[in-house]
Amino acid sequence: MSKNVGIVIVSHSPDVAKGAADMVRQMVGMNVPLAWCGGNPGGGLGTSVEAIVRSLDLAWSDAGVVIMVDMGGAETNSEMAIEMVPEKRRPKIVVCNGPIVEGAVMAATESSSGATLDRVRRAAEELYAR
Amino acid sequence: MKFDPPTTRELIRTIAATVIDSADELTELDRAIGDADHGANLERGFKAVLAKIDGISAQPIDAALREVGKTLILSVGGASGPLYGKLFATIGQHLTEPEDLTKAHVVRACEQAIGVIKTLGRSDVGHKTMLDVHVPALDQLRAANGAGSLRQVRERANEAAVETIPMIAQRGRASFLCERSQGHMDPGARSSQLIVSAICDFLETRL
Repeated sequence: MSKNVGIVIVSHSPDVAKGAADMVRQMVGMNVPLAWCGGNPGGGLGTSVEAIVRSLDLAWSDAGVVIMVDMGGAETNSEMAIEMVPEKRRPKIVVCNGPIVEGAVMAATESSSGATLDRVRRAAEELYAR
Repeated sequence: MKFDPPTTRELIRTIAATVIDSADELTELDRAIGDADHGANLERGFKAVLAKIDGISAQPIDAALREVGKTLILSVGGASGPLYGKLFATIGQHLTEPEDLTKAHVVRACEQAIGVIKTLGRSDVGHKTMLDVHVPALDQLRAANGAGSLRQVRERANEAAVETIPMIAQRGRASFLCERSQGHMDPGARSSQLIVSAICDFLETRL
């Protein structure tokens, strides 16, 4: 298992989530645990709590995981998903208040240098503070 | 009031049917100030509830409502999933004497559930959300007495949904519109009103 903080990308659109994940892989590389999901349980635009839970498992790292979300339901459903993972993992998962594409790339860049969960989160959130 | 499995089943079926029948209207309201999926999302959620209604209603009412909540959380796909899911689940969690429910039990459970929704949605009364129906409806239920109580709660919920029309949205997608969110009923307030009305109608035939 990677020692680097994991990144989960949650968008209403699977295309957006996959596209952001492609950018992270190309720009940052393979040494950051990464997973993405998008679309509601019926296959339309939206998000799925179960899919987020699976992504959290795929991108899990003992250093923690940041979740990048696009809007509204993606954030609420991510908070629900956190409640459904094993209790000892929950304190190490944060939903990030940053732009989904740039935030994912910045968070991954920070994570690939071995930064802590808090520093990874701040790298993505600073983009909104500028 | 006692909830045997047929009663529980009919209550849940009535709520689900009401929401599913109004799905198009809810989606249209959401098209005006949101992302045009509220009705479709709730329809998917309540159809998932109906698909396992036998198993759900075989349980005591508190466990049944928790299961309804969990099903909505997993199947809705929008913010309304966790919000309605937590509403039902929290009411279920706090029905301390499910074998014989009184108004006091229900009021207390609803108070807890509304608190959870406020935290989860980071919202409160006046933000043009489902809370603008649930809070006044609960206030009315608390104050109401004797015959006509359910009618008063239903009427208060109806008024409260209409009162969201001039409000400016503070939460959700509609908040991006600022003043342009005025003049439209909040879709979450409307779905809440429909559910409250359906519950009142159902209870009137049983009490």
